[in-house]
Amino acid sequence: MTARVGVVLFPGTNCEHDVAAALAALGGEPVLVWHGERSLGDVDAVVLPGGFAHGDYLRPGAIARFSPVMGAVQAFAAAGGPVVGICNGFQVLTEAGLLPGALQKNAGLAFLCAPAPLIVASSASVLTGGLPVGTELTIPVNHFEGNYTVDDPAALESLHVVLRYAANPNGSMGDIAGVANAAGNVVGLMPHPERACDPLVGRPDGAVLLAALLTAAGSGAVAGGRAALAG
Amino acid sequence: MSRFTVHVAVHLRDGIADPQGATIERALPALGFDDVSGVRSGKAFWLDVDAESPEAAAARADELCRRFLTNPVIESATVTVLS
Repeated sequence: MTARVGVVLFPGTNCEHDVAAALAALGGEPVLVWHGERSLGDVDAVVLPGGFAHGDYLRPGAIARFSPVMGAVQAFAAAGGPVVGICNGFQVLTEAGLLPGALQKNAGLAFLCAPAPLIVASSASVLTGGLPVGTELTIPVNHFEGNYTVDDPAALESLHVVLRYAANPNGSMGDIAGVANAAGNVVGLMPHPERACDPLVGRPDGAVLLAALLTAAGSGAVAGGRAALAG
Repeated sequence: MSRFTVHVAVHLRDGIADPQGATIERALPALGFDDVSGVRSGKAFWLDVDAESPEAAAARADELCRRFLTNPVIESATVTVLS
């Protein structure tokens, strides 16, 4: 069964076609969903891609979380459906309260656009299922506000961290590059897996994560990403 | 019902790192402002609120801050009724 993945398009989102192309190449069936829709339709997973939803006015994600589609995303997540936010999508998920913490301006106010070495910190999420803890991946980051922050440093211990930076580029607390909710079905990450899916542009490590998402979404299209990594 | 002008200053909560403030502060000595320190960044909004009293206008602005103008994880706000 082919996994249908809703790819949410806010005004200002700009990574939707990259995400859709990467998912299609891995055997998934991407469906673009306009932010004004109140329903996600019949999907097996949802991705909130990167960009500048609603122009990032006020704060990244601050306005997007009030978009009509977010009610359906909340309900889908509450029912255990896989939801992944990439970069700006991660910021939307934190603003919506679907993930803990907040994403601040990068330490040093540097806009980052570079490959980021990462380490898998949990296999218990829809994006990292089947990947042993400690797996090293290199996936590009492209952000100004990726500095992951929680209000109580003691709370860092209880977070479900799924990816950490091997070399912290942005000041994130705990070197956190991606977090999940406790159940692992909602995941946010700053790196862009869809930009690391074609050997033409480097190691296709991002395909490993997106293939895991398709597996979690109930697809038979499993091993494309992992095979690509092994190759 | 009257119309009150309300000033909202949004700032990072105590203990939350302020990369913007820190970067500005680092630039100050080179500009000849080595007598200035403790730079903290934030943002400001001016709102017109229709309410029965200044207190009610402030309460309404407080509610707006909680739901929208601040991210309570890292920010808080000071609300002042100007007129």
